[in-house]
Amino acid sequence: MYKIVRKEALRPTVTLYEIEAPLIAKKAQPGQFIILRVDEKGERIPITINAYDPEKGTVTIIVQTVGATTEKLSHLNEGDCLQDFVGPLGKATETEGKKKVCVVGGGVGCAIAYPVLKKFHDDGAEVHAVVGFRTEDLVILEDEFKKASDKLIVCTDDGSYGRKGLVTDALKELIDAGNQYDEVFAIGPMIMMKFVSKTTEPYGIPTTVSMSPIMIDGTGMCGGCRLSVGGEMKFACVDGPDFDGHKVDWDLAVKRNQMYMEFEKHKHEETCNLFKKEAE
Amino acid sequence: MANMSLQKNPMPSQDPNVRNKNFQEVALGYTEEQALDEAQRCLNCKNKPCMQGCPVMVHIPEFIAKVAAGEFEEAYQIISHTSALPAVCGRVCPQESQCEKYCVRGKKGDPVGIGRLERFVADWHNAHCAGAPEKPASNGHRVAVVGSGPAGLTCAGDLARKGYEVTVFEALHLAGGVLVYGIPEFRLPKAIVQKEVDGLKAMGVTIATDTVVGRTISIDELMEEQGFEAVFIGSGAGLPMFMNIPGVNYRGVYSANEFLTRINLMKAYLPDSDTPIQHPKTVAVVGGGNVAMDAARCAKRLGAEVYIVYRRGMEELPARKEEVEHAEEEGVIFKTLCNPVEIFADEKDDVNKIRCIEMELGEPDASGRRRPIEKPGSEFDIDVDCVIMALGTSPNPLIKSTTKGLEINKKGGIVVNEEGLTSREKVYAGGDAVTGAATVILAMGAGKTAAKAIDEALSK
Ligand SMILES: Cc1cc2nc3c(=O)[nH]c(=O)nc-3n(C[C@H](O)[C@H](O)[C@H](O)COP(=O)(O)OP(=O)(O)OC[C@H]3O[C@@H](n4cnc5c(N)ncnc54)[C@H](O)[C@@H]3O)c2cc1C
Ligand SMILES: Cc1cc2nc3c(=O)[nH]c(=O)nc-3n(C[C@H](O)[C@H](O)[C@H](O)COP(=O)(O)OP(=O)(O)OC[C@H]3O[C@@H](n4cnc5c(N)ncnc54)[C@H](O)[C@@H]3O)c2cc1C
Ligand code: SF4
Ligand code: SF4
Ligand code: FES
Repeated sequence: MYKIVRKEALRPTVTLYEIEAPLIAKKAQPGQFIILRVDEKGERIPITINAYDPEKGTVTIIVQTVGATTEKLSHLNEGDCLQDFVGPLGKATETEGKKKVCVVGGGVGCAIAYPVLKKFHDDGAEVHAVVGFRTEDLVILEDEFKKASDKLIVCTDDGSYGRKGLVTDALKELIDAGNQYDEVFAIGPMIMMKFVSKTTEPYGIPTTVSMSPIMIDGTGMCGGCRLSVGGEMKFACVDGPDFDGHKVDWDLAVKRNQMYMEFEKHKHEETCNLFKKEAE
Repeated sequence: MANMSLQKNPMPSQDPNVRNKNFQEVALGYTEEQALDEAQRCLNCKNKPCMQGCPVMVHIPEFIAKVAAGEFEEAYQIISHTSALPAVCGRVCPQESQCEKYCVRGKKGDPVGIGRLERFVADWHNAHCAGAPEKPASNGHRVAVVGSGPAGLTCAGDLARKGYEVTVFEALHLAGGVLVYGIPEFRLPKAIVQKEVDGLKAMGVTIATDTVVGRTISIDELMEEQGFEAVFIGSGAGLPMFMNIPGVNYRGVYSANEFLTRINLMKAYLPDSDTPIQHPKTVAVVGGGNVAMDAARCAKRLGAEVYIVYRRGMEELPARKEEVEHAEEEGVIFKTLCNPVEIFADEKDDVNKIRCIEMELGEPDASGRRRPIEKPGSEFDIDVDCVIMALGTSPNPLIKSTTKGLEINKKGGIVVNEEGLTSREKVYAGGDAVTGAATVILAMGAGKTAAKAIDEALSK
């Protein structure tokens, strides 16, 4: 069992959890993820490692409530335990040897982007960050991003905070303004990563994306997380999650991710009703 | 006087049209009367031909003689000299190509139902005698086991009995390997596997689930920092293979591992499980082994019409004979001598059709089996909303890439000598991680061999 030592609501639907997991804390590197199960009947869900403290033996994750499992998780409190917490999984992000990078984060993807951004920064690169959210209520980690980057642009879709518009517009402006990036690193919704990749392609800027397909075991046993990258089949949990954004078959990845949408919606509604009943 | 009936006592089973809608065990097991009657078919042959067919050399005539005498616990003790998991092997061994293949009674009529008797004896023991085993006194040596499939569990059990302090590291949240995530409940009830695992715990074995060796901790760290003196790797067969045909990534195309994991490990067929599973209408399962049969019969139980698509003929199906018979009885449709060439989908990328081509058998290939050849122009389509690939696996590179100096063969299997020792001192391996996908009994045997070698190495 893995104890929640700290829980902090960053936003109404975005929560930070610090979990006691000494072995994982000792091994974790930016870009890796864990798989957790909330309880005995629970689904295995992958969540990126946001931060880790080897001394304290804890791992921090930031989770957006989107469906049944993340909802269940949000009802746990400090002192409660998670049934399972396994990792660190996947390959670490390669951050070495880069002089100037732009990290593009979308929504809760910023939680995933943060440790990568910080590693670039700590390794001495000049780091620009472009982060986008739907609306002001969802903005997270702004202070952290500010501290670890040389330039930060916050965008919201509706203009309620920062600049109005898409991250791709801001990114394009930065590139057109003459910023020569060794690499662009994009993490967020698939659609956003797709368009970031499309934006950088004409400029020939190497672009890495952190893919989040549906996973079960996370150890390379089931093949559920497969993607087509440069025409080859890759398993995101062992070969990734980072891939060359210019080589990913995006349409396929986006569609595969929505595979269980109908089922999940139904489950989520059931869970919400359950909690409603409990509350009554 | 021996029972000279030419037929095996039939196995009492659930009715096919009932069982193909539930996940309860299909074969119900012999009653005492049936076991006694079947045991009397054994001629107690002097040269024990049946034993040569058993990879772990269970003392077959001896245990059957005890069954015939009604001494079931004694029979159990004889089996457990050489086999660690009789309740499992009695159920899942391909007896027709192992022990029963060599039984003299099989020359005319059915061989003795060795597997069924083995299962009877193990179940009888579990029902009547199975107090928790005692914890042996520790000998102070510590051994780590990677993976909790039959290879790992057996190695751990043998060492624990000798007083070793054993920790089994398992990547998933539940111990048992393929026995829990692959082989379905209706063929191998999970309570049986759990009982084996609980038995190990009672003997003092620590089961560390949620630990991916190579990620959470490496083999070198286990030995250098954690003080394990030897390691046994029983990490199984690895990554599923897919066909290289157009459409394999459409929604509704699964590896058998994914489909079976959702059902068996995550219990997605139960309403209170959070894990989703597609309830397909029509399914094509590609392949002809045990894995294909399990996937097909699970799909059937979710309410689908199911086709097995296999490129050779019925005779060549590599699955256990009993599984093929059960699948047929349950209404699975066999499309043998044909092979998929393309998968089609609708505008949402949901599978709606599989195109197959008919095959004929040509000259024998290197494996001695006749090679299937496509018949040009014989393509035909089946409307399906789900395709399950059961084509085997290729080794997972994780342990190799994180363990210095571990030698791997061309196919990616770990290289070991006859004692199970790898190219690394005090690191042993066995089971599917060495051989590629094989059988429970071979994995178990490899676990035993390595346990013996580890004991010899550490007690020097
Ligand atoms: C490598 C990786 C890293 C991730 N990191 C984070 C993170 O740091 N923070 C965060 O909030 N979310 C992260 N996610 C997404 C997170 O796993 C899903 O939000 C979560 O599984 C949703 O579960 P649910 O039951 O609450 O919602 P559901 O209702 O089950 O699903 C909502 C949507 O989430 C996605 N999803 C569902 N199940 C899975 C699954 N087993 N694996 C992957 N995606 C799934 C699907 O697109 C689905 O449509 C990550 C996903 C991956 C693959
Ligand atoms: C669906 C299916 C049906 C089958 N039916 C039969 C049958 O009827 N009869 C028969 O004899 N055989 C059958 N087999 C084959 C048989 O199950 C295998 O040969 C046998 O289980 C191999 O045992 P193992 O201990 O080597 O590996 P596995 O049973 O595969 O166990 C390996 C374990 O190691 C864990 N692991 C892997 N990597 C790591 C890591 N890095 N760190 C920690 N843990 C790790 C895995 O999660 C797994 O639990 C079937 C196989 C399948 C998939
Ligand atoms: S272990 Fe398997 S092969 Fe050996 S006797 Fe038992 S059923 Fe037959
Ligand atoms: S070969 Fe058959 S009849 Fe002879 S001892 Fe073995 S099981 Fe009995
Ligand atoms: S999640 Fe199963 S192979 Fe990647």
